[in-house]
Amino acid sequence: MWVYEKKLQYPVKVSKCDVRMAKYLAEQYGGADGELAAALRYLNQRYTIPDKVIGLLTDIGTEEFAHLEMIATMIYKLTKDASPQELEAAGLGPHYVSHDSALFYNNAAGVPWTAAYIQAKGDPLADLYEDIAAEEKARATYQWLIDMTDDVDLQDSLKFLREREIVHAMRFKEAVEIIKADREQQKIY
Amino acid sequence: MNNQIRSWQPFRSPLDPCPPILVKTYVVPPNQYMVFQPMNLPQFPLAEALRAGTLWPALYSPYEPRSRKGEPQ
Amino acid sequence: MTTTLDEQYYSSLLELQQLDFALVELTLFLDTHPNDMQALQQFNQLAQQRQQCAHAFELRYGPLLQFGHSYSKFPWQWSQSPWPWQV
Repeated sequence: MWVYEKKLQYPVKVSKCDVRMAKYLAEQYGGADGELAAALRYLNQRYTIPDKVIGLLTDIGTEEFAHLEMIATMIYKLTKDASPQELEAAGLGPHYVSHDSALFYNNAAGVPWTAAYIQAKGDPLADLYEDIAAEEKARATYQWLIDMTDDVDLQDSLKFLREREIVHAMRFKEAVEIIKADREQQKIY
Repeated sequence: MNNQIRSWQPFRSPLDPCPPILVKTYVVPPNQYMVFQPMNLPQFPLAEALRAGTLWPALYSPYEPRSRKGEPQ
Repeated sequence: MTTTLDEQYYSSLLELQQLDFALVELTLFLDTHPNDMQALQQFNQLAQQRQQCAHAFELRYGPLLQFGHSYSKFPWQWSQSPWPWQV
């Protein structure tokens, strides 16, 4: 069961009318290392991970949906008042003819999201190392997004999201340690 | 100066077609030096924690946009 | 009825976001440090503070949660604008 909360996790303020950024931000909406992929990856892996780390995967997976909503807010604010010509000038002509200004789960290049982006191996170490890598890749993507805009308010929200990737990676590393622990606790047949 | 930034110098060929970027950089966030977060680390005040994106200064990683070519690092 | 987005709205929302963020951080931390008594006490204390803060916010600006986790005045307030991405 999930319950929606009618507020953003962190304030999103976009101060510059720069439609171009909407196209780039899609990378974190429907891209391989984006927030949708992250949420679905963790909330799916949790069913077969050892009980000790199910809580962590559930909570980080849930937080990722809050981040997805922040990215959606940025894209929405940047595109809601854009004319077809302005969208086209920002490279979003192909998006417009298929979606108008509706959001869609695709990456910055327009490639639709696919479950092939995420993995569930059933092996706790393999899954957790994938999760750590995903967080580091998302951190890098946020860095390059911050580089692409000079809107300090947009940068502010992106910096928050970047830092969250670092904290999540830290927790996943701790989950690996928890999985490795209990050396004496050998499996009894 | 941000002490989380590392730099390196890529090999330069006399045949390189473009003006060189002499020094390349990347960030190493503090989570790379922590295996398991110790208990009772100092915390940011709540308002600052939200702004930083973490409750603990030990996990905080600043990031400033990369300067454009030609601008000072 | 339309909610007016005055300065008070943004500052009340920010106060709640600050409390809730600390609770998110402590939740993830406790997931990997379940025996940290001090963090647990801080969590419970902030959770109580959060409840009061959210209650005051809801009285003024409408319900934050649904499926019965928040109360509603008449007429049904949940479906009213603004939604988080609109403010």
